[in-house]
Amino acid sequence: MAGKVVTVSSGKGGVGKTTATANLGTSLASLGKKVVVIDADIGLRNLDVIMGLENRIVYDLVDIVEGRSKLRQSMIKHKKFEHLYLIPAAQTRDKMSVSPEDMVKLTDELREEFDYILIDSPAGIERGFRNALEPADEVLIVTNPEVSAVRDADRIIGLIEAAEKGPGKLIINRLKTDLVERGEMLSSDDVFDILGLTIVGIIPEDELVLSASNSGVPVTLNEESKAGQAFNNVARRIAGEDVPFMNLNDNPGFFRRLVGLFNGK
Amino acid sequence: MTSLLSRLFGRSRKGSGTTAKDRLRFVLQHDRINLPPERMEQMKAEILAVIAKYLVVDQERVEMALEQRDRMHSKLVAEIPVAKEQHGPAKSAAVPAAQNSDSAAENGANDSAKARQKESEHDTEDAKPEVKADHADDVAEEKKEKA
Ligand SMILES: Nc1ncnc2c1ncn2[C@@H]1O[C@H](COP(=O)(O)OP(=O)(O)O)[C@@H](O)[C@H]1O
Ligand SMILES: [Mg+2]
Repeated sequence: MAGKVVTVSSGKGGVGKTTATANLGTSLASLGKKVVVIDADIGLRNLDVIMGLENRIVYDLVDIVEGRSKLRQSMIKHKKFEHLYLIPAAQTRDKMSVSPEDMVKLTDELREEFDYILIDSPAGIERGFRNALEPADEVLIVTNPEVSAVRDADRIIGLIEAAEKGPGKLIINRLKTDLVERGEMLSSDDVFDILGLTIVGIIPEDELVLSASNSGVPVTLNEESKAGQAFNNVARRIAGEDVPFMNLNDNPGFFRRLVGLFNGK
Repeated sequence: MTSLLSRLFGRSRKGSGTTAKDRLRFVLQHDRINLPPERMEQMKAEILAVIAKYLVVDQERVEMALEQRDRMHSKLVAEIPVAKEQHGPAKSAAVPAAQNSDSAAENGANDSAKARQKESEHDTEDAKPEVKADHADDVAEEKKEKA
């Protein structure tokens, strides 16, 4: 069975795409899947440090597409997972050095060998996003429960649909349960109502995410982390399992289901 | 029902979260059809001005809103109550407005209406809407007050 290309996008920057890509990569790998993560954010390489692999980089994405290095020798193997690899972004090159067709060609080769090819998309709607979108079988849209992030998500969702890569699935990241309870933050239901996409993950705000990126060890490996657990759940859903949403007092449809109950539906 | 539930679960829907949702709904409606709010108001005013050439409209109760099922499906829904008694201005306006709409726009328009017309000129060069500017302006103002 050929591997699946999953692109992680967002519209707005800083919402957690790289965090999500790194964690879903490790989660899927710990489920026994063969995974390669690609940093498509050329010029702003990040996925390597988040995954703790920055010291091992020799070649990058642009070296591969320009034929300076062989694919096999350019992929960086993860320290803990035998079947997890990284293709880092070029740091000193321009986004234009890779085309959407290059990405299709590259991922077609990777599909032969891997179960999942995760692509960390850059922010924005320019070339880098097009590169990440073109080979996608499935698109995850990361957003924060916050007006500007949701607005930009809507724009990106429109573009994904226009490119016939839709509908895409939502990851709502950095949800602050206490604020939602006080009515001071959009709930996951609110975001669902507005964007109308299936929610594949709700990730709580969690300080351990920062510690994890400080140390280069993905937070999914920290059993105490709620965000880590939530990312593990997303990975299992992507792998086709039916995993109930964690109780963050903000389950999707929780409110609506109750209303349905009271209405006798 | 919903308010009872929200109270039950300690989730007040009055906080800034609700404001965020309402504001997002509004801004996304316009993003999705690529028509900013101000232009939309202008369009509504023009539509009403055209209707007012033929009918006396109960301006107070006019409702025109964009309804959106989702990203792909938007519709403009209008309810334009017509006054029972059709008198003077509606009928007399119908004929002359078509003839001298250009000069009417020049004479009747105040500065802001002109400015707005200017703004939209690049879009409407071929088909300049035949709107009695004074009418259009009244309506636009009314609308703004409501908002
Ligand atoms: N669930 C979370 N809880 C706390 N901090 C988070 C969470 N997700 C992401 N962050 C932080 O947000 C910042 C931006 O995340 P990043 O993944 O780099 O975003 P992007 O790739 O979309 O620009 C980082 O500092 C990261 O540690
Ligand atoms: Mg990033």
